[in-house]
Amino acid sequence: MNIEIRRYFYGDIPGDEAGGNSAAPKNAPNEKAWPLWEIFIRSKQGLDHKHAGSLHAADARMAIENARDVYTRRMEGVSIWAVESKNIHASNPDDAAAFYEPAQDKIYRHPTFYDLPEELKHM
Amino acid sequence: MSVHELEAQFQRKIDAEVKIEPRDWMPEAYRKTNIRQISQHAHSEIVGMLPEGNWITRAPSLKRKAILLAKVQDEAGHGLYLYSAAETLGAARETMIDDLNSGKAKYSSIFNYPTLTWADMGAIGWLVDGAAILNQVMLCRTSYGPYARANVRICKEESFHQRQGFESLLVLSKGSAEQKAMCQDAIDRWWWPSLMMFGPKDSESTNNDQSIHWKIKRKTNDELRQQFVDMIAEQVKLLGMTLPDQHLKWNAERQHFDFGEINWEEFWNVVKGNGPCNKQRLAARNKAHDEGAWVRAAAVAYAEKSNERSQNNHNSWAAA
Repeated sequence: MNIEIRRYFYGDIPGDEAGGNSAAPKNAPNEKAWPLWEIFIRSKQGLDHKHAGSLHAADARMAIENARDVYTRRMEGVSIWAVESKNIHASNPDDAAAFYEPAQDKIYRHPTFYDLPEELKHM
Repeated sequence: MSVHELEAQFQRKIDAEVKIEPRDWMPEAYRKTNIRQISQHAHSEIVGMLPEGNWITRAPSLKRKAILLAKVQDEAGHGLYLYSAAETLGAARETMIDDLNSGKAKYSSIFNYPTLTWADMGAIGWLVDGAAILNQVMLCRTSYGPYARANVRICKEESFHQRQGFESLLVLSKGSAEQKAMCQDAIDRWWWPSLMMFGPKDSESTNNDQSIHWKIKRKTNDELRQQFVDMIAEQVKLLGMTLPDQHLKWNAERQHFDFGEINWEEFWNVVKGNGPCNKQRLAARNKAHDEGAWVRAAAVAYAEKSNERSQNNHNSWAAA
């Protein structure tokens, strides 16, 4: 399928002038890139850490310090986890249908599956 | 599944408002369009620090200086949210930075205008951030998940930017005759470039609107621009100032403000690199990048060394 893309993206910049379209990562010339880290933030005591985004840092300590500056400038967190992105394993979205299929036909796992008399209280 | 079927399935998801996530199948053109848009947006945040950085050391009070510092730091943060959103599509950070520094990638043209007086800080917050917010509020609902989430985060912070800008102009508008004049002058200089931020007129585009079809953009340039004019035309009255457009007037039939024609020649000139500050902005970015090279290298060397050291410690424990 041949698609004509409309050539204005962030508002005012026409596509043919815009550049930056190299989807494939190139190796940066003579410079070692800092690895990518995924950042998880606990917004307050009692809640789970939640994925906030990612950032680059040379090591774990820098990742946590950068995460403080990037993701908690307005007291959004009381605890930070940093995990190097290469250590994250993920399920494959293409397999989602088959992968989660066993849960599909087991509606008896939900409380609403059971018809009970109206008079029954506290259940 | 054939590419055709995958594309149909992809479009069904878009139509049903299901967000696209990084590992989902997507058409190559969708990926590229997003990389380009998100990285340009990121570059705009980063270059956007420069015109305001110009006034940090000359802010009129400690309070205004602290506010301006916080705002500029936010812009850096917004750039980082966006770069990492673009990276989820396979774009390398270094490539994006190189493209910005070499002038290959563009950023919003508004940042190629100079900040001549302190009142420009107010005008930028009110008008430039105001225009950016309309775009970003729309982008909170964009179809690519990481980009939408980055915009939600950005919008939460942007509203402080716009409010502090308006408040700062409000103070000037109640000040001495010189302060009032400075306020009006800043509005006069930033009004038209702010309108240009929304891009060319819809009628200038002969291509079919793929970005809208894919729900990357959800409103056209003209729709957003009209929304902006309607908003600002009312707000300016509270400042007791005017917008520099003799054609600006309420149209009861359309229920919108009519406004004059943008100077498109100026617009294209700035996009093509001939604005007042294009060269200066790129030079500043390159200087910062080059002067930071030894810091980046030192951090890598330090990380490698600490890694080695902890490996060695581990080995000596194992041996004992």
